[in-house]
Amino acid sequence: MDNQRNEPRIGFYVCHCGTNIAGMVDCPAVAQYVSRLPNVVLSRDYKYMCSDPGQELIQQDIREHRLNRIVVASCSPLLHEKTFRGATEKGGLNPFFFHMVNIREHDSWVHTDKQAATEKAKSLAHAAIHRVRFHKPLEVKQVPIHPAVLVVGGGIAGIHAAMTLANAGKKVYLVEREPSIGGHMAKFDKTFPTLDCAACILTPKMSEVGAHPNITLWTYSEAMKMEGYVGNYTVTIRHKPRYIIEDACVGCLECIDACVYKQPKFFDEFNMGLGKRKPVYIPFPQATPQVVLIDPETCLNLKTGKCKKTCVEACADRKAIDFTQKETFSEIKVGAIIVATGFKSFDAQRIPQYGYGTYPNVYTALEIERLVNASGPTGGEVVLRDGKKPKSIGIIHCVGSRDHKTNRWCSRVCCMYSMKLAHLLKEHTEAEVYSFYIDMRTPGKGYEEFYGKLLDEGVQFVRGRVGEVTDWAFTKEEEGKLVIRVEDTLAGYVRRIPVDMVVLATGLEPQADAQEVRRRFNMSCGTEGFFLERHPKLAPVNTFTDGILLAGCCQGPKDIPDTVAQAGAAAAEALVLIDKGHIEQEPNTAFIHEEDCSGCKSCIPLCPYSAILFNEETRKAIINQALCKGCGTCVASCPSGSIEQNLFDDEEIFSEIEGVLAYE
Amino acid sequence: MNEKQWTPRIVAFFCNWCTYTAADLAGVSRLKYAPNMRVIRIMCSGRVDPQFILEAFAKGADGVLIGGCHPNDCHYAEGNYKMLRRFQLLQRMLKDMGIEEDRLRLEWISAAEGEKVKTVMNDMVAKVTAMGPLGMPGRFADWDKEMEHLEAAVATAEAGQPAHSHSQQEVKHA
Amino acid sequence: MPKPKIGFYWCASCGGCEEAIVDLAEDILGVLDALDIVFWPCAMDFKRSDVDAIPDGGIVATFLNGAIRTSEQEEMAHLLRRKSQYLIAYGSCAHTGGIPGLANQFSREEIMKWVFEDGPSNVNEAKVRPQTQWTENGCEVHLPELRHVVRSLDQVVPVDYYLPGCPPTPKLTKAAVGALLEGRLPAKGSVLAPDIALCDECPRKASKPVNTSFTEFKRPHQKILDPNLCFLAQGVVCMGPATRGGCEALCISGHMPCTGCFGGTSRVRDQGAKILSSLCANIAPKEEDEIDQVLAGIPDPVGTFYRYGLARSLLRRRVDLPAPAKE
Repeated sequence: MDNQRNEPRIGFYVCHCGTNIAGMVDCPAVAQYVSRLPNVVLSRDYKYMCSDPGQELIQQDIREHRLNRIVVASCSPLLHEKTFRGATEKGGLNPFFFHMVNIREHDSWVHTDKQAATEKAKSLAHAAIHRVRFHKPLEVKQVPIHPAVLVVGGGIAGIHAAMTLANAGKKVYLVEREPSIGGHMAKFDKTFPTLDCAACILTPKMSEVGAHPNITLWTYSEAMKMEGYVGNYTVTIRHKPRYIIEDACVGCLECIDACVYKQPKFFDEFNMGLGKRKPVYIPFPQATPQVVLIDPETCLNLKTGKCKKTCVEACADRKAIDFTQKETFSEIKVGAIIVATGFKSFDAQRIPQYGYGTYPNVYTALEIERLVNASGPTGGEVVLRDGKKPKSIGIIHCVGSRDHKTNRWCSRVCCMYSMKLAHLLKEHTEAEVYSFYIDMRTPGKGYEEFYGKLLDEGVQFVRGRVGEVTDWAFTKEEEGKLVIRVEDTLAGYVRRIPVDMVVLATGLEPQADAQEVRRRFNMSCGTEGFFLERHPKLAPVNTFTDGILLAGCCQGPKDIPDTVAQAGAAAAEALVLIDKGHIEQEPNTAFIHEEDCSGCKSCIPLCPYSAILFNEETRKAIINQALCKGCGTCVASCPSGSIEQNLFDDEEIFSEIEGVLAYE
Repeated sequence: MNEKQWTPRIVAFFCNWCTYTAADLAGVSRLKYAPNMRVIRIMCSGRVDPQFILEAFAKGADGVLIGGCHPNDCHYAEGNYKMLRRFQLLQRMLKDMGIEEDRLRLEWISAAEGEKVKTVMNDMVAKVTAMGPLGMPGRFADWDKEMEHLEAAVATAEAGQPAHSHSQQEVKHA
Repeated sequence: MPKPKIGFYWCASCGGCEEAIVDLAEDILGVLDALDIVFWPCAMDFKRSDVDAIPDGGIVATFLNGAIRTSEQEEMAHLLRRKSQYLIAYGSCAHTGGIPGLANQFSREEIMKWVFEDGPSNVNEAKVRPQTQWTENGCEVHLPELRHVVRSLDQVVPVDYYLPGCPPTPKLTKAAVGALLEGRLPAKGSVLAPDIALCDECPRKASKPVNTSFTEFKRPHQKILDPNLCFLAQGVVCMGPATRGGCEALCISGHMPCTGCFGGTSRVRDQGAKILSSLCANIAPKEEDEIDQVLAGIPDPVGTFYRYGLARSLLRRRVDLPAPAKE
């Protein structure tokens, strides 16, 4: 296109965005102001620039008015830059002759004075008009994509994402740091509101994952390091020693029987310590893979070297036990990564007035999940720690949720799972069950109906945030009981309700190491610490780093149906990426003009990607375009101004500075 | 400049990944803040050339704000540290040049901190408003007033001369 | 055919640039064969009236050195601009303000007070200051006025070419005169020196490791320096990476780091900001106080990074100094 190289002929468009912009910015005035700026051939305001007619308008104007630069003042470029670059390209121009001005997120939505907001819009538009004159035609670089996907975390989110991708014929690496996949869901007894048995719906999926030819399952392993960029990530996986050769173990569990410890006596993580296990163990009967492991903290042989090793004897010629195992590392190449690292249950000890850890009969909801579970430590019998059956039970909602002292957010699932537990506890014990709630939150298919069913079942719902749980009895009936003090906000007075068992509906929190994981995968966290999605509405499973996707509770509390739906969405996003076969890289790389470079080497140590090399022959620095990610640090630091950056060149930024300050 | 009351002009350089996104979030959350800031998007705070800051002041900015990712959170590993180091010396140097420290500010604002965008913007606008205009273009003009008298005299003298001295005459070779 | 006329003039400068012309030595005779020097107050007996007598544009080229600090220098700049086809800013002071430009960190009053009153070598109990106008016995005498601001030549009159350096080297001077005589001058406004930083021609270039980062900065007198190793690699601020080459690395060869007299390249708007950017980005520590400790080795960033370029820098002058009209 010849006219791309000629004198700039700029077309300017200011979008009303309905009233989103026009409500606070005088759009016609902005268009009129810009129309008088140099090189502006055409200046319009329009209702919705991102709509089809809006984009068509740009294309038509390019043809009719021989425009060779396009500026649109509308929303954030992070939202619609691609859209308008597309329209510019369809109009016959190189898409990089487009520039976008953010007058919605950065202007109309955040200001209250229409005159000031309009002036700001004018000056931002002025800057873009200045800048776009320096734009150059650029080529989008296509880089082939590695067709495998890494899924981090083997809960229901990770399992579903991995299965979806594997069934689509993609190579998947599923990495889980616990000895078995299954996550929190594997610990649940039933699921609300249908009361499906959690294990019955989860374990078939777990074994499918274990057996799927397209899935490499690595449990007891962690993704430690990520390098590279979308389509071409290199990830280092650390495999913790199980002291068991996975391929040799057949899951017969004979070694467990044979262990020198005749009785299980160690804290059983899967059952929240309500049960005991041996040093050699399998986390739970349906664990996937069906491979035991040895805990080096408690195994006599690993601790002291003095043990009869009866387990080895029992394993016999299978020879699966290997006490010399060390941690190992694998390096894999993947095109996309789905982060599904889940949540952490709120630590109930942070609210001491509820007595968790002080009173033995105060339980967390997760402990109750194990207690009511037929494969749990009591075989499904709900008994107190002293073996007695509770006659009355109080369930306290919002423990570590909707609380300014701990976590402000609603954990979304607690109302529902509390009702599920109320139902199950009533079923198992026939006890009187009280449920203390602030608001009952039942937004979901069949959820409100479930609430109705519980009301019918005679669960007593008390509206009010519990003040404390105490064993200080005021009356005879309260003696030997736990007293729940609560303001019943419907009845309008403070009540004391004595119960045998207290269940704390603990909320959902980000994993303890969420910050580390975030850094590892170049993501952001929201204020509450959950991983931040790229856009809350339009890109809920994407992150700000291309090719890094989110699924499940690591992004925020959600129930199983939502988790599965999100995992499917993340898998679909990964498929979109991979099936395209290549990724398009923003051409914002930096490059050195060889004739200008003095070879001072100042830029070389600054590059985080080692993209700058010193050519010993020419004695000048060169930038490897394939490695450059376009941060521009070297450009800003080149003492002789010999490095340029596409899209963010010195002249472009200087002209923007001048532009924003030019407006009187 | 028209008759309206002076309000500060602040040029901001926000990194694409954290602070620019946070400013978008502030918008989506409909937080309200002072309208004096003009944001220029760059990919990384490491791209902020000290020349940009000086140029902004020279062209009329009363303050310059740089927003980047928190330490250890840079999308490009360490660009924010590079800016931090420049900032520390630049702020000292600007002080030596008579520019108050608070006119140049560096803030780490993550993509989630829309609220911080608002707080920082309002706080900076308040501080710069209290300091009053820097007004470099006006100062340059004031400084050069001392040459006006002579320039006028030269113009008068030249008006009487037929040939302009800077005309495109060719050099006559020997 | 008359020889083309050429002029030399000095403003606020040390005289080094005049020396540089004389340093052309025998070559100056060659220049004299080809050119007719019509004005050179430092070396030849010409008066202002001789210049006035030359028709406008009558001088082919005037090499003017020194910054513009007084009303007289300003007037002469205007006069020589009018008389010359090419006005060439000769040397750092005319080019970017030079060492005199560092005075832009102080007000005129501060300077006058120091020079005529507070300076330790002064004996001036009456605190007499020079006056621009004085009448004695009916005779009126005038002195030029000291301006408030030091200026580069192009901040006063349009300049055609720049010859950088403190002073420009004989080689560059000869090349410029040659180009002038042969009519092969580059685009107006060009700096007549290579547009590539000094490192390109630095004899110590190869000695700089690719991973140089700074844990301290030292000034040359604070450390015994390796005469073969890049100054930056030894933690000594060298302006070379941010400074035009063409000087043949004279200072480096004399075992002193570059101080930046040739100014930045054409791609740079502010030489000081650029070297600051480069040096700071390469500092090793990440903690604020540790960074400050390293930066403590640069106690005077303005004097270090703008030794020759303050007047022509983006800020030009300490901004809170009184403006001429308001003092």
